[in-house]
Amino acid sequence: MGFVAEALPRRPEILREPISASEFGIVQKPLSAWERITNVGAVRKFALLVLIAVVWELYARQLDNPLLFPTFSATVIAFFKGIFGGDLFTKALTSLHVLVLGYAAGIACAAILTVIAITSRVGTDLLELLTSMFNPLPAIALLPLALIWFGLGTGSIVFVIIHSVLWAVALNTHSGFLAVSNTLRMVGRNYGLRGLPYVARILIPAAFPSILTGLKIGWAFAWRTLIAAELVFGVSSGSGGLGWYIYENKNQLEIPSVFAGLFTVIVIGLIVENVVFRVLEAKTVRRWGLQS
Amino acid sequence: MTEDQNIGPAGPPQGSNCAPSGGSVDAKRQGWGDHSLPLLAVRGVTLQYKTKDHLVTATYRVDFDVLRSDRFILLGPSGCGKSTLLKAVGGYMRPIEGEIRLKGEQVTRPGPDRMMVFQEFDQLLPWRTVKENVMFPLRSGGRLSRKAAEEKALEYIAKVNLTPFADSYPHTLSGGMKQRVAIARGMAMEPDILLMDEPFAALDALTRRKMQDELLALWEGTRFTVLFVTHSIPEAIKIGSRILLLSPHPGQVKAELDSLPQGASAAQTLALEQRIHSMLFADAIEEPAPAEGVIA
Repeated sequence: MGFVAEALPRRPEILREPISASEFGIVQKPLSAWERITNVGAVRKFALLVLIAVVWELYARQLDNPLLFPTFSATVIAFFKGIFGGDLFTKALTSLHVLVLGYAAGIACAAILTVIAITSRVGTDLLELLTSMFNPLPAIALLPLALIWFGLGTGSIVFVIIHSVLWAVALNTHSGFLAVSNTLRMVGRNYGLRGLPYVARILIPAAFPSILTGLKIGWAFAWRTLIAAELVFGVSSGSGGLGWYIYENKNQLEIPSVFAGLFTVIVIGLIVENVVFRVLEAKTVRRWGLQS
Repeated sequence: MTEDQNIGPAGPPQGSNCAPSGGSVDAKRQGWGDHSLPLLAVRGVTLQYKTKDHLVTATYRVDFDVLRSDRFILLGPSGCGKSTLLKAVGGYMRPIEGEIRLKGEQVTRPGPDRMMVFQEFDQLLPWRTVKENVMFPLRSGGRLSRKAAEEKALEYIAKVNLTPFADSYPHTLSGGMKQRVAIARGMAMEPDILLMDEPFAALDALTRRKMQDELLALWEGTRFTVLFVTHSIPEAIKIGSRILLLSPHPGQVKAELDSLPQGASAAQTLALEQRIHSMLFADAIEEPAPAEGVIA
């Protein structure tokens, strides 16, 4: 200690007064218009969408085989014809109706299962066991069974959608609850919260990033299960949804309309993902700083 | 079962002073306003907790009394069970022996009459603004109307100098500001006792010094009772009015001392620091004693 201090040469002290910030250049300055526009995710994504559409159009024109691969413009025309002249809109509504029904029921089941899981150890074991058993099972594989149990129609589709939503949502919610920091749990109990108010006011908001992930995954699973199920047995249900629309038009070799059906599925998916879930995220987890 | 036995050498606590359960709350509060009666009585408390493969005794037959308006410090090296002791007072764990009484009533579970300030910065609810965080415990259980809670929250936020940030979310605040919100939240509830678990330990040294001064200034204003856990001797001397020294593995009471009055000289502070140091450990302390006076 001592010899280090002696070995070092003494240096003079330096004292300065900082000058006022107004006397030199930039302390804070707004970004340029271009920087601000390219900072908006929606703008960047829209640009990518336009690019994809252009590539599609060019490739399809060069291929020049509307039976195999219609152009983007033909698809868009078929889409608008289907919406305004045909029954594409009602088909989409039918599909969405069934989807929302199954999705809501699936989330309700997941909520019940998760509450059982967090209140007892056996419940946790049950949830883990059921999830590992049924999560890998494709929902569509249950369709033949569902047809026997619930007959042809909405009932069996709702059943397979519940199956596809339930496990993803329950698993994510449960792991979200487990990841809530111990400090936050203690804070909640310090307030005198117990039971359901404790779950609703502490656990659910704190686990919201995981819950939201579960909801998104569940949504995608439900959507693809629905279309697949409609494709399989749309034949026998008179007022089928989008899957049935695709199937029907394929049989009539109306390939642009098949593409228009797929296009509708994609558009609805994009809207839900980029508008509904995005707004939900912005209002919750991003605002709270739980997710950047 | 030994739970109901009174093992502490101090004898049974003021049993005759216990108001019958169901009696008027006001009468009870007035009874414990008297400075001579302990607000918090800890008697022969032994605490154990289980890790994955061990049963650990954290404290062994600890006794102490906290009087109203005390700034009571639990001081000791890591492993002396001071945080566990604080958790037990908070009601998060039950002693396997002895008892903890707050205003004569046995502590059995966590409750808002013993607000806790934790060391961690994530103790604020991220989904609520600063104001809503302070309001939340005031509102929950229908204690106060929305308006009354808001007024009280803003009053305490002003006390910790955070009025401009009342509508900010916690993730936009610095560590010291978060701790100030947590302190405001605890104080706004006007609890019987404020429990602080090393609230400044995760702060940088400069902020820490500032927060200590602020806490003392707040105490001058309202004279709340606080039970404060720390492993820093200078902090204990600066913050505390009374200091309980605990020895490690398991935690046992080594001494209970009065701290120095405010405005004590640097030499007195240093002397007490060294005395506590020699009583507690032979090895190093974490925060070296500053050369100049701590309380100038």
